[in-house]
Amino acid sequence: MSSFTVVKTEDLDAEQEKGSACVLRGQTSDLGCLTRQDGSVSLSQGDTTSIAVVYGPAEVRINKEQIDRATVDVVYRPKVGLPRPEHRKQERILKNTLEAAIAANLHPRSSISIIIQETEDLGSNLSCCINSSCLALLDAAVSMNFMVAAVTVAMKENSDMVLDPMKRDETEAKSVITYVFDSMKLQVLTIVSNGKFSRAEYKRGLSLAREAVKSVLQFYRESMSKKLLMSE
Amino acid sequence: MAAPIGRIVLPGDTFSFEQLQPPDEHKKILLGPGLREEKAEIKVLRPGILRFRKPAVYWIDCHHKRYIPAKGDSVIGIVNQKVGDIFRVDIGSSEQASLSYLSFEGSTKRNRPDVKVGDIVYSKLLVANKDMEPEIVCIDSYGRSSGMGVIRNGGFLFHTSLNLARKLLNPQCTLLKCLGNRFQFEISVGVNGRVWVKAGNDVQTIALVNSVIVSEFKDNDQIKEMCKRISKAVVRMEID
Repeated sequence: MSSFTVVKTEDLDAEQEKGSACVLRGQTSDLGCLTRQDGSVSLSQGDTTSIAVVYGPAEVRINKEQIDRATVDVVYRPKVGLPRPEHRKQERILKNTLEAAIAANLHPRSSISIIIQETEDLGSNLSCCINSSCLALLDAAVSMNFMVAAVTVAMKENSDMVLDPMKRDETEAKSVITYVFDSMKLQVLTIVSNGKFSRAEYKRGLSLAREAVKSVLQFYRESMSKKLLMSE
Repeated sequence: MAAPIGRIVLPGDTFSFEQLQPPDEHKKILLGPGLREEKAEIKVLRPGILRFRKPAVYWIDCHHKRYIPAKGDSVIGIVNQKVGDIFRVDIGSSEQASLSYLSFEGSTKRNRPDVKVGDIVYSKLLVANKDMEPEIVCIDSYGRSSGMGVIRNGGFLFHTSLNLARKLLNPQCTLLKCLGNRFQFEISVGVNGRVWVKAGNDVQTIALVNSVIVSEFKDNDQIKEMCKRISKAVVRMEID
């Protein structure tokens, strides 16, 4: 089983110099960073940051209404410019992943909309977006079957693995895979891959990500504990 | 292993029935908001603190901003539309509630209540079902208003989180006791997170609204301290 550690951002460079690439960059979250929304969070994983907000269960437009379940809507806003097709693809990935997690049948004829604003993309952006939207859903206390947590793994030419890669690692790597797990049995929910990789590499990345995702879930628990115990 | 009562639970956590069985061997377990039975297990759906009340009631105490209607809740709504015999009232849920003109005290087909679009009403939920439109009434089962109806004569309406609204409705609420010792005001709180306040003048109203909003993350000692400071500041402003 692969091992990994969580390091603080300031120690990251030193850690990577040492050559141990199996590190998850330090995470920080600010739950309820915006006040008008039902749920909001600003999540940073290392230097990659995104803000996610949730409205819901709210009123739904009549043409999007589903009589047996809530309509899940995801909007992704890039840092600069208008959303492009690649962002649409990311919206679709997020929507499919989050729809599985949200208990949509409990709120029929309503809409749960999730809006993600990219604030800084310095590698592993997709996993940051997935984790921030899950935290925003937790902040809004939307009913969910389970939580989702994502980890990105980059594979280098020499088949070295980099967990939670930075932008530089991502461009140098021959392939980048984002694994999304559910919180109950740590089963794979979504895979988003880019580039070439062998089956063995995929499996190695999977076991590495599965170990790392436990710390993401632990981070969710700590963040929520802090928030909920504050309003006690 | 016993259930983690008073501890944080997150969606996806599961308990077995044995874990939740209270010590006095009570047969039936009652599951409240945020918990669901699934495949002979009890599953957590919402993040929050697991609560227990005798004999065997379990629920999740979570921090909400969005209201989900529940039968019998007292809510404050805003009349949005008049459609024939009913009013459409915004109670903060995913759907507007309906309010019949006959469900006011003393109203008959000939004697219609005086309700206009934009009025705020304090009312009770008669029908609250996830598959149906919520329905509210301004009378109790004896046909009396018992404090419900249109709220008139000014005042100020604002929104808070549902937790804060529940805290204000607690009879032991420190904030309202403290403020009540220092100011003269009227307040009505709906469990949908809407609060209406009316004080003697605007300065007092603003002070009251701010102190309610700020009190959410304060403990009782801090609240007492804050009330003392606010009343001093208000007195000074009223003199000026």
